[in-house]
Amino acid sequence: MTDKKIIIDTENLTKKYDDFTAVDKLNLKIEEGEIFGLLGPNGAGKTTTILMLLGLTEPTEGRALIDGHNSTMEPIAVKRIVGYLPDNVGFYDDLTGRENLRYIAGLNSIPRTQAEKRIDLLLERVGLFHVGDKKVGTYSRGMRQRLGIADMLIKDPKVVILDEPTLGLDPEGIEEMLQLITELSKKDGRTVLISSHLLYQVQRICDRVGIFVKGRLLAAGPIESLGEKVFKEKTHILEVKAYPDNEDFMKLIGSINEVEKIDRQQDMFIIQSRLDIRKKLVTFMGERDFTLLHLKQRGRDLDDIYRKYFKEKEVV
Amino acid sequence: MNPFKSMGIGVLYRKEFADHLRSRRFSIILFLIVVIGLSSIYSAGYGIREAVSQENNDFAFLRLFTTSGGSLPSFVSFISFLGPLIGLSLGFDIMNSERARGTLGRLLAQPIYRDTVINGKFLAGVGILSLMIISLGLGVGGLGIIMIGIPPTFEEIMRILIFIILTVIYISLWFAVSLLFSLLFRQAATSALAGIALWLFLSIFVGLLAGLIADGLYPVDDQSTFEVAFENQKVKQYLNRISPSKLYDEAIVTILNPGVRTLGPVFTSQLEGAIPGVLPLSQSMLLIWPHIVTMIAMTMICFAISYIYFMKQEIR
Repeated sequence: MTDKKIIIDTENLTKKYDDFTAVDKLNLKIEEGEIFGLLGPNGAGKTTTILMLLGLTEPTEGRALIDGHNSTMEPIAVKRIVGYLPDNVGFYDDLTGRENLRYIAGLNSIPRTQAEKRIDLLLERVGLFHVGDKKVGTYSRGMRQRLGIADMLIKDPKVVILDEPTLGLDPEGIEEMLQLITELSKKDGRTVLISSHLLYQVQRICDRVGIFVKGRLLAAGPIESLGEKVFKEKTHILEVKAYPDNEDFMKLIGSINEVEKIDRQQDMFIIQSRLDIRKKLVTFMGERDFTLLHLKQRGRDLDDIYRKYFKEKEVV
Repeated sequence: MNPFKSMGIGVLYRKEFADHLRSRRFSIILFLIVVIGLSSIYSAGYGIREAVSQENNDFAFLRLFTTSGGSLPSFVSFISFLGPLIGLSLGFDIMNSERARGTLGRLLAQPIYRDTVINGKFLAGVGILSLMIISLGLGVGGLGIIMIGIPPTFEEIMRILIFIILTVIYISLWFAVSLLFSLLFRQAATSALAGIALWLFLSIFVGLLAGLIADGLYPVDDQSTFEVAFENQKVKQYLNRISPSKLYDEAIVTILNPGVRTLGPVFTSQLEGAIPGVLPLSQSMLLIWPHIVTMIAMTMICFAISYIYFMKQEIR
């Protein structure tokens, strides 16, 4: 993993609006070919970061390099290799899907015949071939979003940046969208940067994610390792539900050495322990004829991690 | 790669031009000015046909444009009054609609410089209104020849050409104003209203205000001296010239009526011994040169402000 080339690289990237810091000393390294999820709540500075990467907004401090090109100094070189799908992507409603793509192809100086071929291929790929000659005004939101993918790929970019690509789509639309995005990386070998506040949807397809809150990148890495980062200093917390739910069960839990604290929350036990006791607990329960109804380790999935970071941030 | 081609301005220009041509708005404006142009020339033509047979027929062709026939105002006063409306309606939503539709971010993510967008849009707008005015001028001229049966002399043709160029500049000025408003106001409706307000102010109220201020500074009554009356006139005229409509009116009156020898107040002593006659084209041009320069400068200033504003504007 480390021998891969770093294609998106920011160094102390900072953006200030008057006294409000939208992005604060961001150091982001994204490797070629990976899908990176920039996850954070609304207003965390994700879109600002993306605009700086594209050279559409000037950073107050620091710099962003994309494939070795400085986004601020050489925006044209950067925009030639980066495809961008803005949030709430818009098209010219009175032009057809094909005409919209043709326009963008023209702006990228793609020769006419080559452009037509590519437009056909891309419309086919995003499943809009049959409506390519209809006006975009008649498209549904999902179709627009997929047209956005085609639009982004017209210039055959090395890097694609998608801002909230699944926002406002129905479950089926989200599925299609994520499928398309995954293909961009796995099939085409492009580097993908997705920004989103919809963690569950996006985490599945990301190789690595960065948690971005209030202009700061709090942690970055594969989802599993993000979990471990939280766990390093914190105790393990388990949610357990069992049948029969009686005093004996309480004693059984108490008999495990590593357990530090037991709390009762409605019909659930919340167990704090120094180490991971899941295996032990399940074995014990099996021996004594308890039925396990629910077992969940808290702080393992992204949502918990996210909430955790978010809370910590709030206190500061 | 051709450096000019890769700038994308040609592609942008063509797209904007096509958008204008295709839009319903353009059809409405074209219909309006064609009806007004033809009907005013037609009624003026009838009046002239009778006049020409009795009096001298010097510059009869030019009089076609400046005389009002029957109940209809003359062609030039129509253009002077409605020209701003043409410019405003072409441009009032030219930038803010791009933002409202969400196409601005996508457009700027293409490998083009940011000023290409505003340059392309401005040039396309000027192109389309030049096309409109030139074809109207030719059409109306053609109808005029049929109506009065006197072909224009070379000097008349030159004067009409200058009139057409002046009209293009005048309407471009209003187009530049609306371009600026479309950047300053995010709502297309607000921008249109602001444009109309300015248009009404400059074409109607400036005249009233100029009179009020001049009378306040140099009150004229039965006893007032000649100097005061002269100053009053001068102040009034200078204030009136704030309005592009006034500048345009003065310029086209001079260019289309070779008998106009001066635009300001004149002493009787200055007229003593003057032989009534017509000015050659070069002298007429000399008289209105400041007007032309001022109108071009106003257009350029509006465009420059828009340009700077657009370059510094945040993308979202």
